[in-house]
Amino acid sequence: MNGFRPRLVFSRPAPTPVAPDQAERFRLLVLPHLDAAYSYARYLARDPAAAEDIVQDAFLRAFRAFASCRGNEKAWLLTIVRNCFLDWTRANRRAPPDIEAETVDGEHPETILQRRQDAEAVRATVEALPEPFREALVLRELEELPYKDIAALTGAPIGTVMSRLARARAMLATMLLAREDEGSAA
Amino acid sequence: MTACIDREMAVQSLADGELDSMNALELEAHLQDCPGCAATLARLRAVRAKLVNAEPRYRAPEALRARIEAMIGPEAEGEPARPARTLPWFGGGAIGALAASMALLFAAPQLTSTALQDQLIAGHIRSLQASHLVDVATSDRHVVKPWFNGRVDFAPPVAELAPQGFPLVGGRLDYLDGRPVAALVYRRRLHSINLFVRPAPALASPVAATTHRDGYSLTRWVAGGLEYWAVSDIDSGDLQAFRTAFRKASGT
Repeated sequence: MNGFRPRLVFSRPAPTPVAPDQAERFRLLVLPHLDAAYSYARYLARDPAAAEDIVQDAFLRAFRAFASCRGNEKAWLLTIVRNCFLDWTRANRRAPPDIEAETVDGEHPETILQRRQDAEAVRATVEALPEPFREALVLRELEELPYKDIAALTGAPIGTVMSRLARARAMLATMLLAREDEGSAA
Repeated sequence: MTACIDREMAVQSLADGELDSMNALELEAHLQDCPGCAATLARLRAVRAKLVNAEPRYRAPEALRARIEAMIGPEAEGEPARPARTLPWFGGGAIGALAASMALLFAAPQLTSTALQDQLIAGHIRSLQASHLVDVATSDRHVVKPWFNGRVDFAPPVAELAPQGFPLVGGRLDYLDGRPVAALVYRRRLHSINLFVRPAPALASPVAATTHRDGYSLTRWVAGGLEYWAVSDIDSGDLQAFRTAFRKASGT
């Protein structure tokens, strides 16, 4: 005989449909943060295609879980993006993001800067920052989140967020201002 | 020059607007007398200016935006590929049901539907191994369709596709995600095609897609509130031809 046994199905609740007004609220409150979500995912994953997958997955989860959002939609959404990113690293058998340390390797950021002094170069410089400093910097400088949101989002104490930010900025200063003497003059 | 070691974080907090007013006043007084701390603050601001002026934030690609807008609500524009707007359930009324039944399975199958695909392939393999391919064996769709009455709580369309090279073999009750679904079985030469039909789950994408997994081809589409998954070991081109033929013949 076969090993096929139908499972009891009746105890499973039907999926709750998302009410139209909920969809409208989602559109109003969460959708405006799509660029933030994508930018954050892009800097986390450093891969455009992966960032798209991550954000799409994140919006799907966010949409389903919208009822659980208690204000601060941006930080809420970015938390989901972060979780999707972590799932993505696991699914891709990547080394999980090292919370403690990651050395700057490969091409030296200054070399990248010498190539082109434009937005792409600044992006490349930010992307060259090791984690967890890159994430803290992106959330603070690009997404302008307050310390407490960054702390909640990354699961780190505020003091840790602050020291990560300081490290990130010190590294960035070296990279970005290295050959601009006036930049650091006081 | 560097900041006083005990004020480094305070200088940063000031630059970030995170210092409460009393500490901010105290620090600003200190900055008048301390070139080190003042230089640190200037440096922080210079880095920020450099960073922000370059506008390093990424913008979400339009295609991604369109997919997400399609998921949220039916009024969104830019749905890719399939002529979803011509589907009957895309018409005016069923907005609420629609919002609930759109999702993004198609572009991120590795993120959202691998478990389902595993189930579908397992169902397909089981149906071949256990001599349990069909519960009702007939090539007559007028027999297969009523057979599902009372067995599933929806009415799966059944099409005869023998002229197109996909003779109907029969139908079977199967289970996906713990719920009974209709499985229609077709043949392509010596290969079997299992077509699983179930009510479209909440957040199901209206977009058709074909994927491969473990040597099997899977193709899915959503129409009339039902989600269709065809699974077979025929190549994906043939399976897409099957999808096209089925949709045409059944009006889905």
